[in-house]
Amino acid sequence: MFQVAIAALWTGDRQADRVVPPSGFTAQLTLFAAGAMAFLAVFALALSLASGRLATIWGQELARTATIRVVAPIDQRAAQTEAALRILETTKGVASARALTDAEQQTLLAPWLGEELAIDALPVPRLIEIVEDNEGLDPEGLRLRLAAEVPGAILDDHNRWRAPLVQAASRLKLLGWVSTILIAATLAAMVTLAANAALSANAQVIAVLRLVGATDSYIAQAFIRRFTFRALTGAAAGTALGMLAMLLLPSTDDVGGFLTGLGFQGRHWLAPLLIPILAGAVAFAATGAAAKRTLKGLA
Amino acid sequence: MPVIDFENVAYSYGGGELLSDISVKLAPGSFHFLTGPSGSGKTTLMKLCYGALLPTAGHVTLFGSDARNLDRDDIAMVRRRVGVVHQDCQFLNHLSVAENIGLPLTVSGRHAETGGDDLSELLSWVGLANRASALPPELSGGERQRAALARAVIMSPDVVLADEPTGNVDWEMSQRLLRLLIELNKMGKTVLIATHDLGLIRATKAHVQARVLRIANRRIQLAGADL
Repeated sequence: MFQVAIAALWTGDRQADRVVPPSGFTAQLTLFAAGAMAFLAVFALALSLASGRLATIWGQELARTATIRVVAPIDQRAAQTEAALRILETTKGVASARALTDAEQQTLLAPWLGEELAIDALPVPRLIEIVEDNEGLDPEGLRLRLAAEVPGAILDDHNRWRAPLVQAASRLKLLGWVSTILIAATLAAMVTLAANAALSANAQVIAVLRLVGATDSYIAQAFIRRFTFRALTGAAAGTALGMLAMLLLPSTDDVGGFLTGLGFQGRHWLAPLLIPILAGAVAFAATGAAAKRTLKGLA
Repeated sequence: MPVIDFENVAYSYGGGELLSDISVKLAPGSFHFLTGPSGSGKTTLMKLCYGALLPTAGHVTLFGSDARNLDRDDIAMVRRRVGVVHQDCQFLNHLSVAENIGLPLTVSGRHAETGGDDLSELLSWVGLANRASALPPELSGGERQRAALARAVIMSPDVVLADEPTGNVDWEMSQRLLRLLIELNKMGKTVLIATHDLGLIRATKAHVQARVLRIANRRIQLAGADL
């Protein structure tokens, strides 16, 4: 049924198109509205996809790492670190574990304490970086073992700060999708208003067509074709501009790519191409419904 | 079987009854006049004949189907078999006269099969051959009436309904229109003309056997042959 309708829409007949007089200004408004909505939809889509990506990164990739801080007096620190590493060697779910060197720790602290810090003079806790294997480790079990054998070791499985970030990213993603849906609904509302206006303005034309034996679907088709193509064209232009704007966004890969990275990546660039098609479909349905409603009220 | 059959039909607008207890049969090939004072319900009765209005009581049967049982597409099909000429004929003002006359073919998807021959023949028949490319607003009253008649008959309908077809034209032109309608009737079409012009009715009776239906006091009376 739908395919037949689409086919009729494409082939249409030129004659059928001409029975409704051309309209200038409202046509441009529909084009503009579709374009603006498509432009916004590109960003909503980018937001959804990017926050989805972030949620995945924070949820999965960070979940496979953990850190142990060894807080002990300087003379016992090396021994306790050794002990902690030995425990980790025999812990299930640990793929690798290594203590950070003084140089690495200095790099980590440099942004806060400056470059010329004599780190060995400070009671800085030693950090052990743990990479988990696919099974993951049991943080509670490890904590108990560490508490018994290495009193100064504190396990941090990143869960504490990761969870709210993942949640925030998921919310952002949801927000993006809600925005996309709202944009589609707004486009439908605008097209419905424009179609209603066009149908009212052409009441006399419709009356003549009905008098000479035109069916409702024939009359509706003439309006549906117009609004579908307007929405399609407008949305195509809006999407193209939106995608161009995304391309021109400053690249943040090196500095803050982990936190920002708003934009499309890889095959996600194909997603916005659906926007014009969707806009066309929305216009098709909205005009069809408006025409059906209006025509029913006429003789 | 009558093409249009009214059985105890009544029609009331919000206020009161305009037509009541009307029973009329239009047989195929018959020629009827519908007459009566202004506001007596001639146009309403015409509208009941092509499904633009539904009776508030009784039954209108169009080509064997009760008008009440027809859906909107069925009504469209009925209108392809009933050519209507309105008192104030409406056209699509952005299309040429020729395109307007061919409109019934266009909307029924029969434009390609019939081609332009019939159309140009019809245009000369109604004397509009040289106005084919004009736009409707450029036509005179008489030309509009003739264009409307041509549009009403291009589908070769079974019934032609004309509501005051000579209302806006001079005597000469009304005679010409009438001759066209008589010619159609001789081709076998059922013709119903609403008019209050008794002169027109008398002029017709010389050429064709026409019956006169008069609306008076909301009812139909068959006027005498001696009119």
